[in-house]
Amino acid sequence: MRLPIVPLAHLDDLWFQVTGTLCNLACTHCFIRCTPHNRSFGFLDLGTIRRSLDESVPLGVKEYYFTGGEPFLHPDMPAILELTLRYGPATVLTNGTLFNDEILRRLRAAEDASPYSLEIRVSIDGYRRTENDAVRGHGTFDRILCGIRQLVEREFMPIITVTKTDDNQGDADLFDGFVRLMRENGYTRPRVKILPTLRIGAEAERRRGYGTEERVSMEMLEGFDQGTLLCNHARIVSDRGVHVCPILIEASDSRLGATLAEAEQPFALTHQACFTCYQYGTICSNPTSQSHDV
Amino acid sequence: MSECRKIAVFGGVYNNHLALTAALEDARRRGADTAFCLGDMGAFGPHPDRTISILREHDVQCIQGNYDNSIGNELPDCQCGYTDPRDNHFARISYAYTLANTSLTNREWLRQLPAQRRVRLGKYRVFMCHGSPRRTNEFLWESTTSTHFLEHLCRNYDADVILATHTGIKWHRPLADGRQFVNVGVLGRPENDGRTNVWYALLSAESDFQVEFVPVAYDHERLAAQMRSENLPGEFVATILSGWWTTCLEVLPAKERRRGRY
Ligand SMILES: [Fe+2]
Repeated sequence: MRLPIVPLAHLDDLWFQVTGTLCNLACTHCFIRCTPHNRSFGFLDLGTIRRSLDESVPLGVKEYYFTGGEPFLHPDMPAILELTLRYGPATVLTNGTLFNDEILRRLRAAEDASPYSLEIRVSIDGYRRTENDAVRGHGTFDRILCGIRQLVEREFMPIITVTKTDDNQGDADLFDGFVRLMRENGYTRPRVKILPTLRIGAEAERRRGYGTEERVSMEMLEGFDQGTLLCNHARIVSDRGVHVCPILIEASDSRLGATLAEAEQPFALTHQACFTCYQYGTICSNPTSQSHDV
Repeated sequence: MSECRKIAVFGGVYNNHLALTAALEDARRRGADTAFCLGDMGAFGPHPDRTISILREHDVQCIQGNYDNSIGNELPDCQCGYTDPRDNHFARISYAYTLANTSLTNREWLRQLPAQRRVRLGKYRVFMCHGSPRRTNEFLWESTTSTHFLEHLCRNYDADVILATHTGIKWHRPLADGRQFVNVGVLGRPENDGRTNVWYALLSAESDFQVEFVPVAYDHERLAAQMRSENLPGEFVATILSGWWTTCLEVLPAKERRRGRY
């Protein structure tokens, strides 16, 4: 059988699995089962990140993204973002529950000193307390909203990132609900991004895994705009090396090399999570960076 | 490849035929030898055919934007890639209006426009495109485009200067080895700064490369009146009259978004 292989067109987005699989929360839909005890992937230190940033310059990387785990468990997260913003635009994906004045003061100063945007994506999974807390854990709704209010006070405009955990809920309803919730919390110009769930990791048990027919075939890639797939223009650095994308880091074939140059090789879409990426497209990128074929 | 001395470059006319006329007069007065339009003739404003006949009459050297590709090929949408339902709602209104009011001949003209142009400006090899050299609808915002990415584009496309538009906000960044990137801005709507003027870029390279962004004042109240009589959304009219964007905000990065009002 021929495999659906996606080449790296260009390394546009460089991701960092900055806190490995360690998170202060244990969401029931997490596709890599991050928890307060999961140390299967470790933290990246500032030196490792600096080496990757330096390697990314001649490769012409456009943007940098940080995820975990929860990135703000990293004691050096402000320093990491300060450094990154000297190289290019930075985006950090957070649950918004670990901010304090000192962190936010440094982030504000770092963005102000840079020509680049610092995007902060805050995850929240229901515009009602019960819906969110069922997925992200008891009490998290109020803690996340508190984090969003802190960001807004510091003149950040976080991208509210919502995973659609209920298939029966319409996008428009979700969107309106979050816009309303944000305005009630003083965020007058909310930015909202709605994502599908990835049916792997904890999510496979919360609801269901993929059906056998849900995978990407060779034929499906014919005439398909591969620019919508993250593996076509991104790679992610973990403490084990460089992997194809943030969703598949636990898969053994996802590690493509020790350096960015080694990880430029193509990737075969044999994983079922690839099906979600194929269906929805650009699920990991910011709305400002989306583009598709014309 | 044509050789130029001083050129006027703009993008995103968005049916703003009054600003287009004002910019072309201004550029001639300032001694530009050629005018280039980097695409997106339609959207937003009134009477698409007026814009296209001005571009053709004045022999403006045009390239095809995502909007022109869509209108020319009668595609279902403008390929701006919005996901926000409100942005999509307004994008659909202006697209349907522009498609319905662009003549068959002008659709054909839009369809045959080239996706890129190369000219020589002094010693500089200039590459003109709509979004980016590699993708018509790629957004190159000042705050989300690293310098080394732009240098990579120059290397890949054998260019000393890359000119683009598509985002709606002008910017310039000098690169290594004297190379340059310029987003020339748009003539169609003000750039979300509370001022009603629009912008184009004047480029020359008699010795060194020079870029001047030129503000264009035009009769924006007359445009607003025409938009109203064509029943275009009040939100669009408000942008023309106030200088603040009211729609299509989701694609703005944090820094650019923060500077606006909405
Ligand atoms: Fe465009």
